Amino acid sequence: MSIIVEQARKQFGDFVALDGVSIEVPDGSLTALLGPSGSGKSTLLRVIAGLEKPDSGRVMISGGDATDVPAQKRGVGFVFQHYAAFKHMTVRNNIAFGLSIRKRPKKEIAERVDELISLVHLDGFGERYPSQLSGGQRQRMALARALAVEPKVLLLDEPFGALDANVRKELRLWLRRLHDDVHVTTIFVTHDQEEAMEVAGQIVVMNEGHVEQTGEPNDLYEHPQTEFVMSFIGPVNQRGAVFIRPHDLELLHVPAPEAEEAMVERIVNLGFETRVELLMANGEQLWAQMTRDEADLLELTDGQIVYVRPRRAKVFEPNGDPRTEEIASAA
Amino acid sequence: MPRLGGATLGRGLVTAYLSLIVLIPIAALVSKSLEGGLSGFWDSVTSPLALSALKLSLILALIVVAINLVTGTALAWVLVRDKFPGKALVNSVIDLPFALPTVVAGITLLALYGTNSPVGIDIAFTRVGITVALLFVTLPFIVRTVQPVLLELDREMEEAAASLGASPFTTFRRVIFPNLRPALLAGTALAFARAIGEFGSVILISGNLPKTQTAPLFIFAQIESGNTEGAGAVSVTLLVIALLVLLVIGRLTHWSLRHGR
Amino acid sequence: MAARDRLGKYGLRYFALGYLTMLLLIPVGMISYRAFEHGFSAAWSSVTTPDALHAFLLTIEIAAIAVVANTIFGVGCALLLVRSNFRGKALLNAIIDLPFAISPVVVGLALLLLYGRTGWFGSMFLDNGVQILFAMPGMVLATIFISLPFVVREVVPVLHEIGDEQEQAAQTLGANWWQTFWRITLPAIRWGVGYGVVLTTARALGEFGAVAVVSGRISGQTETAPLWVWREFGQFNTTGAYTASLVLALIAIATLLAMNSFKRKEAS
Repeated sequence: MSIIVEQARKQFGDFVALDGVSIEVPDGSLTALLGPSGSGKSTLLRVIAGLEKPDSGRVMISGGDATDVPAQKRGVGFVFQHYAAFKHMTVRNNIAFGLSIRKRPKKEIAERVDELISLVHLDGFGERYPSQLSGGQRQRMALARALAVEPKVLLLDEPFGALDANVRKELRLWLRRLHDDVHVTTIFVTHDQEEAMEVAGQIVVMNEGHVEQTGEPNDLYEHPQTEFVMSFIGPVNQRGAVFIRPHDLELLHVPAPEAEEAMVERIVNLGFETRVELLMANGEQLWAQMTRDEADLLELTDGQIVYVRPRRAKVFEPNGDPRTEEIASAA
Repeated sequence: MPRLGGATLGRGLVTAYLSLIVLIPIAALVSKSLEGGLSGFWDSVTSPLALSALKLSLILALIVVAINLVTGTALAWVLVRDKFPGKALVNSVIDLPFALPTVVAGITLLALYGTNSPVGIDIAFTRVGITVALLFVTLPFIVRTVQPVLLELDREMEEAAASLGASPFTTFRRVIFPNLRPALLAGTALAFARAIGEFGSVILISGNLPKTQTAPLFIFAQIESGNTEGAGAVSVTLLVIALLVLLVIGRLTHWSLRHGR
Repeated sequence: MAARDRLGKYGLRYFALGYLTMLLLIPVGMISYRAFEHGFSAAWSSVTTPDALHAFLLTIEIAAIAVVANTIFGVGCALLLVRSNFRGKALLNAIIDLPFAISPVVVGLALLLLYGRTGWFGSMFLDNGVQILFAMPGMVLATIFISLPFVVREVVPVLHEIGDEQEQAAQTLGANWWQTFWRITLPAIRWGVGYGVVLTTARALGEFGAVAVVSGRISGQTETAPLWVWREFGQFNTTGAYTASLVLALIAIATLLAMNSFKRKEAS
């Protein structure tokens, strides 16, 4: 089921959460709403769910206008950051809730619950209470609960935000695989660009209540249309209107055309990746990113003078389109 | 979130219930008490018996609150910071004055400190007796507002003060007490309001003498003798005093919360 | 621990506990002594006279009605205060707290003035033969007034704490407002409600001042247990008064135990 939001506006008192936001989510896709706190991404998700009513604008679900349809009737599955588990019910009853509301026969409910418990790998935990589960388990239960009523759309609000780093990584992968199996149109909200890049097929980058850019992860990384998108999606060095990716900074031992003199301030080894912090002649601080092998080859030491040249840079003039500058590299 | 229609219906029902139970009776009280005009009201309130009753209630309430500030804080402290056998039992017993009917409270105090006292203390028909009764019924208020604050108090603050050379007393005065202030104020307000309005526990101990007639006892006597104007005037005065105290303390608590923490 | 500190700690402990013992524990112990002073059967018969039994029954009836009314009101009002937005919340809060600030006799007087012959509602009821004052309805109204705030005050913080995400989740799963309330909200707040109910019950059972004014204290008809105790004591039937007091005190202690177990369940 596809989702279309047209010019949604939502204000809380003086704070404008959504400033005329329009997005299109294709049927069966896995889309991320990515942005910092206050960007409006959670508000947008809740508007799609029907948990918030927009001040103006429309929400279309599978071609039908759902703007005035209450949350109960939209057929959306919603997963909350802090699970919203029904604390006084067992795992089985949590998952069964939507079905028992719809007065399905007990046998049918039990079968479906068994199916879902297997799907989310909570076998054997059916009779436990949420307080007896780990965070990751609770979130999987919440997912099963949302999927139980076969929603047209699955919405997840920073679903892994409250979990430990390694559990988060595990569940990201798991969500991706789940989507491959179940094929429900899925939208999830995150502030973690790595998460969005890893999981989503389409990313909507939001900032201060509006959409900055929409596209596939690689597309956003290679062809950012605004400063914000470029800085948010990956690491950057900013020199005025010129933005350079750290891995696009080439380090040379001898002067060369387009290369600037710089001093190596600090070398940080992060396993596979090495970061070289540089101090430019004019006092600017930049950093370069390279593999450990590349760093070893260069034989860098603290305090060394090197010559820095960007292989590629993006320029965002205030009143023009962004343009990419490719600097010819030696050989 | 409830649909808009549901919330309006809810508001309507709540308003209706509160009006029927609380607002309309109070309005009737105020209205009837002013039936004789402001001058009639004033005359009733300033009659010698009325004035002495009001004065007595106010003074006793202030004394009781002052005592409770000390004993209530001490009890809360002992319950939170100290360990001794039977502490859980003591903790439950604190709420007894909440649960016990007031007239029973009066009788129990008389049994021990009244005319047939086994320990020879007879405070029946005295102001001291009334004070003791008021202390009984107001016991839990300050204890219960201070306890949760003490429980949550960051011990590290006290440890820091000690490491900087502060004596236990200074630490209490300058580190702990400011944090307790809002809770103490809240408990004081509740205790004061309860003390000036207390009836059931006081009626037996006071014995219907003018010198031990508190404002509520005065009101009751006036009702019994059919003088509803006099009763009404003092009632409204009592109510206004209680509300003023609650208001002032509410403001002080607000200020204290903003400046103390 | 330094000697001075130890003195301070023990001194404080014994001061606090001593105060508690003198004020609370010993007096309560005394009424048991006085109640059974003339033997168990004397105590028993003093408390099982028709008037006494009627008084106890009446107390329970009135308390039951007050508790049910204030519980329904309390839960609904708490939901309103926590889950919806409207101006005048501060005013609503103040009105709910009003019963804490009013002397019970003032409550009784207010009802007397409202439903009496010259009151605003007086003729409306009396002309139709409905007796509000000096009868059950007036006593119930008085009792509801003075025990109003407890359930609201206990449920509001619980509602705040559980947040409304569970309710939102239920909504997205298709539940309507009643299903959400009955299956999600109510179970989540049940210990807060329980605690509030216990407090309301204790207050309603023990009510004295307002009911003393409003009931006319007609023996055998509009006398509640506390009023009966007062009468007996005034007429020097001390055994009856003390025994009934003991019964009421035991009920109060049972209430305390219930309060405690609810408080603990709420915390967990």
